[in-house]
Amino acid sequence: MTVNVLMPALSPTMEQGKLAKWLKSEGDAVKAGDVIAEIETDKATMEVEAVDEGVLTRILVPGGTENVAVNTPIAVIAEEGEEVADTADHAPVDRVGEEDKAQKQAEAAPSARGQTAPQDQPGEANKAQTKAAVEAATPAPKATSVAEQPSPRVAPEVPEGTTMVSMTMREALRDAMAEEMRRDPSVFVIGEEVAEYQGAYKVTQGLLQEFGARRVVDTPITEYGFAGVGVGAAFAGLRPIVEFMTFNFSMQAIDHIVNSAAKTLYMSGGQINCPIVFRGPNGAAARVAAQHSQDYSAWYSQVPGLIVISPSNASDAKGLLKAAIRNDNPVVFLENEILYGKTSEVPALEDFVLPIGKARIARPGKDVTLVSFSIGMTYALQAAEQLAKEGIDAEVIDLRTLRPMDTATIIESVKKTGRCVAIEEGWPQCGISAEIAMRVQQEAFDYLDAPVLRVTGKDTPMPYAANLEKLALPSVADVVTAAKAVLYRS
Amino acid sequence: MVEESGVVPASAPTIPPFTREQELTAFRDMLLIRRFEEKAGQLYGMGVIGGFCHLYIGQEAVVVGVKMAARDGDQFTTSYRDHGHMLASGMEPRRVMAELAGKRGGYSKGKGGSMHMFSREANFYGGHGIVGAPAPIGAGVAFANAYRGDGRVSLTFFGEGASNQGQVYEAFNMAALWKLPVVFIVENNRYAMGTEISRASAQIDFSKRGAAFAIPGKQIDGMDVRIVKATADEAIAWCRNGNGPYLIEAQTYRYRGHSMSDPAKYRSKEEVQKMREEHDPIEQVRARLIADGVSEDELKKIDANARKIVAEAADFATADKEPDPSELWTDVLA
Repeated sequence: MTVNVLMPALSPTMEQGKLAKWLKSEGDAVKAGDVIAEIETDKATMEVEAVDEGVLTRILVPGGTENVAVNTPIAVIAEEGEEVADTADHAPVDRVGEEDKAQKQAEAAPSARGQTAPQDQPGEANKAQTKAAVEAATPAPKATSVAEQPSPRVAPEVPEGTTMVSMTMREALRDAMAEEMRRDPSVFVIGEEVAEYQGAYKVTQGLLQEFGARRVVDTPITEYGFAGVGVGAAFAGLRPIVEFMTFNFSMQAIDHIVNSAAKTLYMSGGQINCPIVFRGPNGAAARVAAQHSQDYSAWYSQVPGLIVISPSNASDAKGLLKAAIRNDNPVVFLENEILYGKTSEVPALEDFVLPIGKARIARPGKDVTLVSFSIGMTYALQAAEQLAKEGIDAEVIDLRTLRPMDTATIIESVKKTGRCVAIEEGWPQCGISAEIAMRVQQEAFDYLDAPVLRVTGKDTPMPYAANLEKLALPSVADVVTAAKAVLYRS
Repeated sequence: MVEESGVVPASAPTIPPFTREQELTAFRDMLLIRRFEEKAGQLYGMGVIGGFCHLYIGQEAVVVGVKMAARDGDQFTTSYRDHGHMLASGMEPRRVMAELAGKRGGYSKGKGGSMHMFSREANFYGGHGIVGAPAPIGAGVAFANAYRGDGRVSLTFFGEGASNQGQVYEAFNMAALWKLPVVFIVENNRYAMGTEISRASAQIDFSKRGAAFAIPGKQIDGMDVRIVKATADEAIAWCRNGNGPYLIEAQTYRYRGHSMSDPAKYRSKEEVQKMREEHDPIEQVRARLIADGVSEDELKKIDANARKIVAEAADFATADKEPDPSELWTDVLA
């Protein structure tokens, strides 16, 4: 009997990885537990063990292969003396085909963006060309089963003609921290597994090597404690970046985030500020269920004295994290694990800092305003693409900063479109969408042609089962339906 | 040098003597706190001070003894029974009183009140309304000291009631792990609001509470300012020499209720009376000064001066204006 060795998933969100090398050769005898290969993702390197006894009769994916999808057969183990048929099941992945596809997507993208660029922005075509040139010179984006986050429109805060580089949000966040640590010796990183382990999600990769253990500090599992230590250090004039392995664990520490970090400037009559960044992945990852999948956007956004940022792409993540580290206030910086591996264009500027509190029009339009942030932008932008095919021109706003919220950009858009849908993965009651709807009805009531609708996570704890999890989260279809509803179209 | 979780009885024969100058300093500083707190109690009764107001009367020797051992630049952090710590840190009595009264001349412009007060200038880092919060925040201040290598020590106070909060042990662990220069001072006044220690704590020797983290601890008579000073000297030297944290349990007593609104029915009047008569930290110093030949007159002068400072503080606080309404919106963000 033959057994297929499948490409393993190393984390809940892993979709593909690199088969780094084989430690056994075809024909080698193996027994259960033997390490036969090494797998790499951008987050980790792991060993693959044989699950059965036999002979490694065939290696289907050679060492060094990139982008091997999870569950692809990578080898065959057979009982000794057994013949192995070269069935389709065992066929190596068509790497060339995948790359080709990715390349085609990359080539198609700039022209598609060119078409959607508004006519009154003469610079837009130039920018699209610059992008095309850069994309041709950089490796094709990795193919994944989930559509890549569309690249953000080049924002006005980036000078025309700036070279753009492709990078993941994970790399952008790391670069932001490294750049700020080089610039200011009072900046340091503290949290669980940030140093030796290189970050639970590899966001702090390489920081220990560059900055040493004094500035990249591993903590025990002690969120309440190290949040408080960070606050004390910030009171005394340092600039801590406190990483929560996920924001779910920040509930242990919320007392220091709210009572100590957010309120002390006020309580001290302006004497003691708290320049600290609390950052880490927020919201649902994949299949990690209720206690590891909560969105804290609304929680922290409610607190005066905090700044809350939640970026949707690598460029915003970099520019805003740098701004957050420089800011003299406590900043809650909500990342998203699913977005960590997504690649987008980041300006290759020496010091790229974005303004806090400014939303970004990710896609201009005139028929309906879609407002979202973080991973919600994935639904919003994909929905806008679909709506475009049906002749509906949606304007998509990426809030980027949740507090202070850029109400003016939302209102200006709604005055133009008369219709608004807010999208988030968080729960509906007292959510970010609820806040947006309130502000819109208050400041643009006379411009509204329909009630504001929202698309949110469902009002339940996050279920584990794959089908229920999918139901609990917003979908592109939900956004399309809501957008049509406010347009009174079916 | 360090007695791990050793108990030093009140009558320990090895009490290091104070010079007359030190006795006078202790007397003056403790008396100022006593008179200030008495006045704060009066002003509370008159409605000048509102909300919660936690008086330090009876515990003066703890902060004054530690202050006498500290060096300029060492930082103080405590929870909300904090008026004594502010005065000991050198903060101006009139501005502390104005803050208690919610007036614009207060340290926090009237926006913090009795429980939430700070002074960057005096290295006083609060004044925290969450009783266990000083432990990690004080450890964080010590982290900054270690990070800069500036030789400062963070002096971090909290009560025995706060010692039952988990964050205290999270802070102990990190402070010991990273050898942070922080002295944790547990002010054991025996009552966490209305709960006597034996009803709340499985281990009532609070100096042993750091043992699991190998933090040296010492239980001392916190009513004797000489013992507090000597122990703090030892603890601060320990920290300054890079050995990590040190834990002092200062056994003390508060004469008043937990806050102004506490009738303190959980203990007998006799118990309070006995502490006042036999262990009062200020009376102990007074007796030694008299025995040393200092005249009653001189001590009365010191008292009169304390009363004068406090009366002026009260006048200032009473006369001062409330904050301008526009202050509602200031200092939310830097």
